[in-house]
Amino acid sequence: MNRINQKLQENKKILSIYFSAGYPSLNDTVQIIQDLEKSGVDMIEIGLPFSDPLADGPTIQESSTQALHNGMTTQVLFDQLAAIRKTVSIPLVIMGYFNPMLQYGIENFCKKCAEIGIDGLIIPDLPVDVYADEYKATFEKYGLKNIFLITPQTSDERIRFIDSVSDGFIYMVSSASVTGSQSGFGSTQEDYFKRIADMNLKNPQIIGFGISNKETFNQATQFAKGAIIGSAFITNLTENGVESIGEFVNAIR
Amino acid sequence: MSYNVNEKGYYGEFGGAYIPEMLYPNVEELRQNYLKITAEPSFQAEFDALLKDYVGRPTPLYFAERLSAKYNTKIYLKREDLCHTGAHKVNNTIGQILLAKRLGKTRIIAETGAGQHGVATATVCALMGLECIVYMGEIDIKRQAPNVARMKMLGAEVRAALSGSKTLKDATNEAIRDWINNPVDTYYIIGSVVGPHPYPDMVARFQSVISKEIKEQLLEKEGRENPDFLIACVGGGSNAAGAYYHFLDDESVNIIAVEAAGLGVDSGESAATSALGKIGVIHGSKTLLMQSPDGQITEPYSISAGLDYPGVGPMHANLFATGRAEFISITDDQAMQWGLKLSQMEGLIPAIESAHAFAVLDEKQFKPTDIVVINLSGRGDKDLNTYIDYFKL
Repeated sequence: MNRINQKLQENKKILSIYFSAGYPSLNDTVQIIQDLEKSGVDMIEIGLPFSDPLADGPTIQESSTQALHNGMTTQVLFDQLAAIRKTVSIPLVIMGYFNPMLQYGIENFCKKCAEIGIDGLIIPDLPVDVYADEYKATFEKYGLKNIFLITPQTSDERIRFIDSVSDGFIYMVSSASVTGSQSGFGSTQEDYFKRIADMNLKNPQIIGFGISNKETFNQATQFAKGAIIGSAFITNLTENGVESIGEFVNAIR
Repeated sequence: MSYNVNEKGYYGEFGGAYIPEMLYPNVEELRQNYLKITAEPSFQAEFDALLKDYVGRPTPLYFAERLSAKYNTKIYLKREDLCHTGAHKVNNTIGQILLAKRLGKTRIIAETGAGQHGVATATVCALMGLECIVYMGEIDIKRQAPNVARMKMLGAEVRAALSGSKTLKDATNEAIRDWINNPVDTYYIIGSVVGPHPYPDMVARFQSVISKEIKEQLLEKEGRENPDFLIACVGGGSNAAGAYYHFLDDESVNIIAVEAAGLGVDSGESAATSALGKIGVIHGSKTLLMQSPDGQITEPYSISAGLDYPGVGPMHANLFATGRAEFISITDDQAMQWGLKLSQMEGLIPAIESAHAFAVLDEKQFKPTDIVVINLSGRGDKDLNTYIDYFKL
């Protein structure tokens, strides 16, 4: 069974952390992943940096730009991760934009992910319709779960379609925003979280965008299986360095 | 074979809507409504009336007598430089603002590079009394101060794009992020035939008034609707899309697309996307795109701020891939010399973008009986500082 499905069966709230590969330094990737697992994180989203990250706010844009400046490329990331499964056993997901994957070749990209032991992909600018028509078969051939986003504006009909195409989890964007632009959730978000929870989807939901601390993590996981922290973790890396990972994670739960 | 968009939003293999889910409702709302709304008689009547009385259409098709004599062929210029605000851009912003109003939107955002689309958007927002926010790269804000001042005078807020290379592509990213953050009340007026479907088709339709008029005017002047050659410059490609639109499927019309070679196609400082680009995804569209081998989007260069976009509209990518259009790239120096030449031979100071199109006259041979139409997409007022610096005027 895929590590993502397995992890989601555990009777606990999932804490997932996103970081930009190649940031703060080019070769921090493996240590960050190892330290996150040691600190008790349940799943990791490894950000493949892109020059034009449309769905991201300033924090992730800047860490991506710095990572590219440091020399990160798709191939460098794959090389860094080549032996990752010798030391890390939690689910690993690559999150990146479509163009770098397209240039690597979708089949090659998936093949390489499978060799390394990547469990899934999140590609914000690959629409579910295009995925279902053109790429689903390739992803499945290599055992990769493709994770889709939903937002407060996504219609029930489309959520049902996304649920039907997904096998892993649904990434619930907490509000109409790019990453890193929230501070706390109000009643509008809670209503949305409840609405989705009440839909009884076959895939569990993990909430992302706007989760930054213990309070927002607890709020989100009242309604969903887990939550993802990205920008707040990167800000912490910037301010306190790679050594501070354990402390950051411990403060969340 | 049709060179127009298909029902799925593709031109051949190019186009589509590669957008984050956060944008799906906005783009889907537009996709479901744009054809219906723009076909309504009340929409068309308002659009036509504004183009006539506000923009100043139809723009003339001018027979350039001295130029024709020198090149021993018949050269007509489509005078988009006479449009209100100084270029064809306003044809599109009029259309989109009327659409935005009918969709009940109250807040307008736009991206701009050289500032022409920003000015055209700020203008129609003032006309309609709508809030207007224009994203512009920090570097472009410094380069294009007069257009920034125009936008401010028209009541728009100009926001600096501080990310990435701080130019047009980053301004577009920021506008898209704004739309993600404001999905309900906001309408995004894209300035070229780029972005996710239905934008390339919608913008091409609004600009297609250019080729509609060319047909009528040629019939009147030459007794035939179709030119032998049709020439336009291509950055993102909106003036070209408008000029080509009604001739796309008539293969007797030779279509020539002119890209900016910058300092030379192989110099590393160029915006010749057809020569240097590979298929990829930028701003929601699968198209030809200048990028690193790793798929990172690279920064193009041209002396003309309106042509330095790293991609090209999907319609044009398909015209290139199918060979329907001939693509020619013209250097900064050639374009600048033509800016001067057109000024002194015809009394027309062109936008540097448009000057690129004229340089084709030196690159190709035309017969004396050929009818050659060049789209003079904009006037050169905005480029005066660049001309002053270049020619030490």
